[in-house]
Amino acid sequence: MWIYEKKLQYPVRVSTCNPMLAKFLIEQYGGADGELAAALRYLNQRYSIPDKVIGLLTDIGTEEFAHLEMIATMIYKLTKDATPEMMKAAGLGDHYAVHDNALFYHNASGVPWTASYIQAKGDPIADLYEDIAAEEKARATYQWIINLSDDPDLNDGLRYLREREIIHSQRFREAVEILKEERDKKIFF
Amino acid sequence: MFTLYKTYCPYVSPFDPCKPIGEKVFSTPPNLYMGFQPPNLPQFSPEEALRAGTLWKAFYDPYFNPYEQGKGARSE
Repeated sequence: MWIYEKKLQYPVRVSTCNPMLAKFLIEQYGGADGELAAALRYLNQRYSIPDKVIGLLTDIGTEEFAHLEMIATMIYKLTKDATPEMMKAAGLGDHYAVHDNALFYHNASGVPWTASYIQAKGDPIADLYEDIAAEEKARATYQWIINLSDDPDLNDGLRYLREREIIHSQRFREAVEILKEERDKKIFF
Repeated sequence: MFTLYKTYCPYVSPFDPCKPIGEKVFSTPPNLYMGFQPPNLPQFSPEEALRAGTLWKAFYDPYFNPYEQGKGARSE
């Protein structure tokens, strides 16, 4: 069961009207390494992982939905008042033709989200290594979007989200260490 | 000196079509170095932590565009 708190994890401010940034941000909404893929990956893998790390996957998977909501808010703010002409000029003409100004789960190139972006191998180490890789890829995606964006307020929110990817990666790496059961033991090789 | 951002210089050809960037920058965030987090690391205050995105100072690594020309430079 989930409890919903009707506020964002971190305030989202967008200071310039630049719908093209929405085109880049949608990568983190419905892309392979986006927040939706992350949330669904972790919240599904947790059923077949050792008890000790189920809670971690639940916590991080839940937080990914909070990030998804932040990304959605950014995209919404950037596009809600964009006219068809502005959407076309921002490279979102094809998006507008299908969705008007609605959000949709596709990547920056318009490819719709697919479950083949995520995996559940059932092997705890294989799954956790996938999760670590996913966090590092999401971190890199945030870096490239920050490089593309010249909106300081937006970048502030993106920097926060990138920091969370670092922490999530750290926690998944610690989960691997827990499963190795070699912590607190003297190491002899 | 320790840094969380490493650089390398790809080969520059006399026939490169675009102006070479020269030094390429990549991030090596703190989680790569920590292993299992040891106890009693320094913390941010709750207010600072909510802004930073982490409670732990050792994991704080804000990212800025390393190739940015200067403030207000726009790509359009």
